[in-house]
Amino acid sequence: MPPNLTAEPVIAARALTKHYGEFAAVDGISFEVPAGEAFGLLGPNGAGKSTTMKMIGGVSQRTSGELSIMGLDPERHGPEVRAHLGVVPQQDNLDEELRVRDNLLVYGRYFGLPMSYLKPKVDELLEFAQLTEKAGAKVDSLSGGMKRRLTIARSLINEPKILLLDEPTTGLDPQARHILWDRLFRLKESGVTLILTTHYMDEAEQLCDRLVVVDKGRIMAEGSPATLIREHSTREVLELRFGSERNTTVAADLEGIGERLETLPDRVLIYAADGEAALEQVTARGLHPITSLVRRSSLEDVFLRLTGRSLVD
Amino acid sequence: MTEHRTGARPAAPAGTPGPGRAHPPAVSAARARAFGSWYYAEHVLRVMNSYRWTILASSVGTPVMYLFAMGVGLASLVDSSGAGTFGGVSYLAFLAPALLASAALMAATNEFTYPVMDGFKWRRVYYGPHASPLGTHQIVNGHIIAVTLRLAVMSVIYFAIVALFGASPSPWGWAAVPVAVLSGLAFGVPLMAYAASLTEDKGQFALVMRFIATPLFLFSGTFFPLDTLPLLLRWIGWISPLWHGTELGRALTYGHAIPPGLAAVHLLFLIALTMLGWRLAQRTFARRLGA
Repeated sequence: MPPNLTAEPVIAARALTKHYGEFAAVDGISFEVPAGEAFGLLGPNGAGKSTTMKMIGGVSQRTSGELSIMGLDPERHGPEVRAHLGVVPQQDNLDEELRVRDNLLVYGRYFGLPMSYLKPKVDELLEFAQLTEKAGAKVDSLSGGMKRRLTIARSLINEPKILLLDEPTTGLDPQARHILWDRLFRLKESGVTLILTTHYMDEAEQLCDRLVVVDKGRIMAEGSPATLIREHSTREVLELRFGSERNTTVAADLEGIGERLETLPDRVLIYAADGEAALEQVTARGLHPITSLVRRSSLEDVFLRLTGRSLVD
Repeated sequence: MTEHRTGARPAAPAGTPGPGRAHPPAVSAARARAFGSWYYAEHVLRVMNSYRWTILASSVGTPVMYLFAMGVGLASLVDSSGAGTFGGVSYLAFLAPALLASAALMAATNEFTYPVMDGFKWRRVYYGPHASPLGTHQIVNGHIIAVTLRLAVMSVIYFAIVALFGASPSPWGWAAVPVAVLSGLAFGVPLMAYAASLTEDKGQFALVMRFIATPLFLFSGTFFPLDTLPLLLRWIGWISPLWHGTELGRALTYGHAIPPGLAAVHLLFLIALTMLGWRLAQRTFARRLGA
């Protein structure tokens, strides 16, 4: 379903901050999410993504700013806000002493849902999460991907119109990630608003209509994946390897080719609209890299440009 | 309630759960506000149900074992050595209410320590309901409700076995069951607040077991009247929920003579400890989950 941009936003944050003592985990961020959109929060570890999610989820109190979920303030209407949401936390918190089916049942009861609704709903969700055969299994016998799918199934028990997903696929193998993406995409098609944090750029490109790049509690950039690439990177990237020792010395001779040059320990990146043309210029200068690769610019280039390449922790 | 159903639903692929059949969020929130404590208790009871045979076996095995060993074995020695020291009843009758209350206290010690650490740290079980419409205070309440029911079930079984042994001559004996449950809560609920304040288990729970629960079991007038202890040790009984619970239990099962004023003190002490622990637990849970 295309996002309905004229309607009241389902989530609106204005100058939202969260301080832990002196430390500003979230430092004045503003955004709006219309119904049906898949909205991503991207950022390195410690950027404030999870803290923002907790405030949206109505479980963490903001320090200042305004926040409304479906027109409600999560601080004054905590249960009402949380009743609207499905939440997939960063760390699974399933009850491993209960069976797969019972994990969904007890969670449904938290919403006051009657057993007559829950019994068929649980079967439907197990089917959706491809866990039907595991219904009677203890949770601790499940693989990481299965637990993640069960957590997503659990978050859907109240048929929420907004789903909060905090790093939904971290730690999963590629197969499990693709299955999850497929499930999330189906939810999006059925009109569910997705709010997603991730530090996987391919995940953001796959799922998000629009995203914000967050760093040190602030929004660095905002837009669709394509817009962000257009605004913050070039169409193509030429990657050259001259060998670890030579990369830096060669870099000086590459000046002027493409729009921007970045020297890394293992390779030199040339950002250019036409990568092949840039490569021709390189060889025309008598430089012969050991390997060369022309690729499309990705969200990862944007991300690294905006948040830097140094480790944050 | 129907407005959610009449809106046009986009065609979704088969098997996709879409909005439309659960009751509206406002109803969920209202129900959670009203019954949330019970909803969480349901969860804990389901977990307990998964090890119900262990609970039942120990609920039967413990009293049978203790009543035979102490109430029959040890009692034959004690009673033959010149009775009269226990208010005119058999040693078995003297012992039974104390064992009943201490069994509840021990079970409460288990239910309010490791499961709390599990909730916050090991398996983070509390963070699931915390993201739902439930409030943190309801998680505390629900846990207490479920443990109360578990203590009630085991105390009823315990008391039935005590009665079978003929160790509860008074018609009011059954009332020792709620007193035993309350004794368990008076120790367990403050312990829950303590457990919630710990960020890791460095063996504190084992220490609580060894250096608090066990001395209380031994020095709360369980095996001998508290006033036979030197004054130096008698205070252990005075601050022990087990002594207060045991004294009340004895009054109920065999008419142990205590002034009504003192009975009221026993009861109020147990209630006060429970309430204090409850308030502290709610505060600690709110602080830790809401960070």
